[in-house]
Amino acid sequence: RAFSEQSNKTERINKILIANRGEIACRIARTAKRLGIKTVAVYSDADRDSLHVASSDEAIRIGPPPPRLSYLNSSSIIDAALRSGAQAIHPGYGFLSESADFAQLCHDKGIAFIGPPASAIRDMGDKSASKRIMGAAGVPLVPGYHGDEQDIDKMKLEADQIGYPVLIKPTHGGGGKGMRIVHTPDEFVESFLAAQREAAASFGVNTILLEKYITQPRHIEVQIFGDKHGNVLHLNERDCSVQRRHQKIIEEAPAPNISAEFRAHLGQAAVSAAKAVNYYNAGTVEFIVDTVSGQFYFMEMNTRLQVEHPVTEMIVGQDLVEWQIHVANGDPLPLSQSQIPILGHAFEARIYAENVPKGFLPATGVLHHYHIPDSSGVRVDTGVREGDTVSMHYDPMIAKLVVRGENRAAALVKLKDSLSNFQVAGLPTNVNFLLKLANHWAFENGNVETHFIDNYKEDLFADAQNSEFAKEAYEAARRSASLVVACLIEKEHFISAQKNPGGSNLLPIWYASPPFRVHHQAKRTIELEWDNEYDSGSSKILKLTITYQPDGRYLIETEENGGPVLEVKTTYVKDHHFRVEADGVINDINLAEYSKDQMRHIHIWQGSFHHYFREKIGLKLSEDDESQHKPQSESSAIPQGAVVAPMAGLVVKVLVKNETRVEVGQPVLVLEAMKMEHVVKAPTSGFVHGLQVTVGEQVSDGSVLFNVKEYSSSQEFCNRDLILDGRLTVKQWCELLPRLMNNTCKLIAL
Amino acid sequence: IIGRKANWISSNLLLKRGLCLGALPHGGAMEHLITQLQSHVHNVLAGGGPQAVKRNSSRNKLLPRQRIDRILDPGSSFLELSQLAGHELYEEPLPSGGVVTGIGPVHGRLCMFVANDPTVKGGTYYPITVKKHLRAQEIAAQCNLPCVYLVDSGGAFLPKQADVFPDRENFGRIFYNQAIMSAQGIPQIALVLGSCTAGGAYIPAMADESVMVKGNGTIFLAGPPLVKAATGEEVSAEDLGGAAVHCKTSGVSDYFAQDELHALALGRDIVKNLHMAGRDVSANGLQNMNYEYKEPLYDVNELRSIAPVDLKQQFDIREVISRIVDGSEFDEFKKLYGTTLVTGFARIFGQPVGIIGNNGILFNESALKGAHFIELCTQRNIPLVFLQNITGFMVGSKSEANGIAKSGAKMVMAVSCAKVPKITIIVGGSFGAGNYAMCGRAYSPNFMFLWPNARISVMGGAQAAGVLAQVEKGSKKKQGIQWNKEEEEKFKRKVVEAYEREGSPYYSTARLWDDGIIDPADTRKIIGLCVSASLNRPIENTKYGVFRM
Repeated sequence: RAFSEQSNKTERINKILIANRGEIACRIARTAKRLGIKTVAVYSDADRDSLHVASSDEAIRIGPPPPRLSYLNSSSIIDAALRSGAQAIHPGYGFLSESADFAQLCHDKGIAFIGPPASAIRDMGDKSASKRIMGAAGVPLVPGYHGDEQDIDKMKLEADQIGYPVLIKPTHGGGGKGMRIVHTPDEFVESFLAAQREAAASFGVNTILLEKYITQPRHIEVQIFGDKHGNVLHLNERDCSVQRRHQKIIEEAPAPNISAEFRAHLGQAAVSAAKAVNYYNAGTVEFIVDTVSGQFYFMEMNTRLQVEHPVTEMIVGQDLVEWQIHVANGDPLPLSQSQIPILGHAFEARIYAENVPKGFLPATGVLHHYHIPDSSGVRVDTGVREGDTVSMHYDPMIAKLVVRGENRAAALVKLKDSLSNFQVAGLPTNVNFLLKLANHWAFENGNVETHFIDNYKEDLFADAQNSEFAKEAYEAARRSASLVVACLIEKEHFISAQKNPGGSNLLPIWYASPPFRVHHQAKRTIELEWDNEYDSGSSKILKLTITYQPDGRYLIETEENGGPVLEVKTTYVKDHHFRVEADGVINDINLAEYSKDQMRHIHIWQGSFHHYFREKIGLKLSEDDESQHKPQSESSAIPQGAVVAPMAGLVVKVLVKNETRVEVGQPVLVLEAMKMEHVVKAPTSGFVHGLQVTVGEQVSDGSVLFNVKEYSSSQEFCNRDLILDGRLTVKQWCELLPRLMNNTCKLIAL
Repeated sequence: IIGRKANWISSNLLLKRGLCLGALPHGGAMEHLITQLQSHVHNVLAGGGPQAVKRNSSRNKLLPRQRIDRILDPGSSFLELSQLAGHELYEEPLPSGGVVTGIGPVHGRLCMFVANDPTVKGGTYYPITVKKHLRAQEIAAQCNLPCVYLVDSGGAFLPKQADVFPDRENFGRIFYNQAIMSAQGIPQIALVLGSCTAGGAYIPAMADESVMVKGNGTIFLAGPPLVKAATGEEVSAEDLGGAAVHCKTSGVSDYFAQDELHALALGRDIVKNLHMAGRDVSANGLQNMNYEYKEPLYDVNELRSIAPVDLKQQFDIREVISRIVDGSEFDEFKKLYGTTLVTGFARIFGQPVGIIGNNGILFNESALKGAHFIELCTQRNIPLVFLQNITGFMVGSKSEANGIAKSGAKMVMAVSCAKVPKITIIVGGSFGAGNYAMCGRAYSPNFMFLWPNARISVMGGAQAAGVLAQVEKGSKKKQGIQWNKEEEEKFKRKVVEAYEREGSPYYSTARLWDDGIIDPADTRKIIGLCVSASLNRPIENTKYGVFRM
């Protein structure tokens, strides 16, 4: 064929620079490696030791942690590509993947950009422009107004024509900013003006578009692929309706509850959309489906390989990154439309480091324990290893869990199983939430739509006041805690049997299990802290009393008298793995523990249960300085707060004046004695009083030098200067505040 | 030891074992004794009664055994000694003699714990308390064990001061021992968790390092009431001798603890920091230690059904040996000679031991065999385990003529001078000179325990009654008084009853004639722990006195 000659001429890609990080960088490197292509990673200072760097053949630093200075810094990345001799750059998703300028820059520097042509990126980047092009190409659009004429009366007219509810949306920007839903005509003007203001403030451009607002929408997207020879095909659709904060969390392919005919229509529309912009390489055309009318409309086109591309790979049995490289090399698509199969059903669940009860707030921390499920039909794309840190600089996604089954129900069974085997300890994740989602009846029925989480929030989120659930959860935690302590003790015994504590050569029988006692059984108590998600009160202490039984079992009692007594037998298998027998039931248990902040953090996974406990390490001592404990007789002789000369000596320096404020430990004066200088410091924070000594004065041992007094009246600490100079710590503020409240007028004056 | 066939204890034992289990001739009675023992121990574990325990915990104080548990390495064993000291000794009960003692590891170092029980008479020292404290120190000195004193005591029990204070083996000896052990490099550590009054004040003061708990711990020579009486000064206990005074001002204590748990943690840290750098761990002369060991072939629990409660019934000591030694492997020495004494080599938890057990009355040959075997073990640094079930040496003209006294003296000489660790378990009777030859208390075994069926006395009650009745009869005859049968029987019965009472293991253990009464099923473990503790110091060379040949 004509192009084979052409591709022989041009050099084929044998080294790729991956201009990304995290799981996608690792995933691209994996395919490249399989194809015998060398990989070059780029990293910011925060990522020097990360997995994507380790999984590449070479890696080049591109700047400090903020993305603006590293992963979004086109010139450093181009430099890195030139330095390493890579012929191509794969941008992954996010960062520079949809930057037309960057694609253009690559082209200009003679580096292949593994993605669509810069022109297509540009065309699809502007929402209004893209809709215009799509409309012209006959792709169905949401009824709306995309005109330049932004006069309010004209806009109102257009809105009335579209029919309410109407969505008001800035043409530029995204993430829901400035968006408004208008349900009735009389709300329109106010909302429009507000949206305009917000758009101007946020994006600098205040043009607005109007669209029909779809009340029960589904988000369905079609994976398309094109080559440089004008061939475009689609690889079926994905349903990404389940979203939180406008971000997808569970995707599936194919979309549930749609007909083959509908699928064909969608696919055709997506191919047309791509062809309209002379698209090649991987892309996704997103449609919004009105579940009420059954209509579908073009939303936007993502000109990149998407996060959720693995669900498509699972059902078509292809490697899309491999396709991308072929296309970049100028090869034709390896399959034709009719050769694209649908092999069962696949799900992808995105595992995020985030705090679900706190509104999905991103979380950071160290992955102290990270165990990912491993079985056939299960794929985990991850960018982190155990021990890695999830930092605040980048996206908090830890991994994508992808499963495939013969049909949706089979895939769902696998998804639930894999989620309950997805073990992360060290930072909060959404795994439990995903499990609840996957177990929800509506999800099981495939009744997905974009408001899914909102509609079923009562089922999906724990009610922090539900006493019935709280009690149930407490019982489960109590049982779990019993198993935890049994496993911890068993492991402790295992470790001391391997190596005596203190490294001594003491005969191992001193550490025999059970520990020997004369005529009685050894007992111990362990206290675990536990948070009940159904009871927003503070964490609960579970006090467990363990009695070592002669046969090696543990008799475990929880604090409550008459509470259930559990007899547990455990076998330590290896690593985190235990086999536990309790009440005649034998289970596998996984236990992870790590220490942080004077706490031992313990996670237990048993079946679909996951519990998290904390145990105090060592002793929490009061913060008082022990040297401050004085016999009363001593303190009664000398007034409180008085500072006495530690020895006889000469005053050589006085560092502060009377009535000035000093912090604890702040030097106040210097004495000289025995040829040495001794600094006398303030014993507490407060104000210096009665400082009578002057430089050159001789003081005797034990004489009072000065006093430091706490704030004695509200006037003193309402001193404006004092507070404004910012020397008060937060703690001091907390102490002060109640007293300040007594003096409201002064407070207002501040 | 290639080619040597493992010498399992005779196969006919299997037969005997069957008999043993099938008929359980002794089991029932022994079970009863063990139940009785456990109920006595159960009582003393409760300390000084519910009220005192409650008062103790209201002061944020733990009980002595809980305190020890918190210092020990987690999940480690604790060999408690003389739990029943003071049992029915005084008018009032004195559980465990008011002090808990025992051995356990801290950061891998075996330590001796001496913990006052403040719930028992305020932790005051009765005569038996002193004796138990001194016995713990004796073991510590013998085994080179750092001493951890958990002090919470009101000092000497004043009403009994005459039996507590003045004598050589009385209160003062505690501090003497501390000084001497410290001089020998055996660390002395005191944790002051409660009062530490008068003489007691010297325990922390004499210690190498001491810890005091804020609020609860006080040290003073005289408490506030006495100070007021003596000088008129009114002062609170905390101001007079609290942790702040002693850690900050007086220097009597070294570590200031915020609370009791903190103090116990500091105690662990002190032991951790002992280091003992350069201590020659292999110096114990036992290079031949094998940590891999086999459990006995026979169930150790069967030890409970072996010994007859009626001491007249003989049983084969090999039945006991086969249930306490590794793999039931016992290489018997001089099996065919002097058969009433069983001697041989074995291992217990991998530790080589020489075992000497009784299978009847000691004859000339048995005594000579015993002396010979002890010499072998001392030559080879092998610890000795004595399993006593002995009514005594053979009496009678033939025996005397054969020089039984001479033979017995040889064995007693060997036992006395042997410097290898010696551990004595009385599994039956312990009468007369047999007690001596088999390393009774007077022969300073490192450890000595009794089974609940044990009996200790100079001779059997019946024999003693017979002898005493004859003497009494004679003396009455001289005075011309005729003794009728009834009176004689009454006299004899009184003697038998007294012997019965005083020969009981409880009578013995209450007075600290031993280190405790044990469940026969624990025998193997306890010997293992004792041997291990005893080997904490190098074995000295043995030098014998003059053997009468």
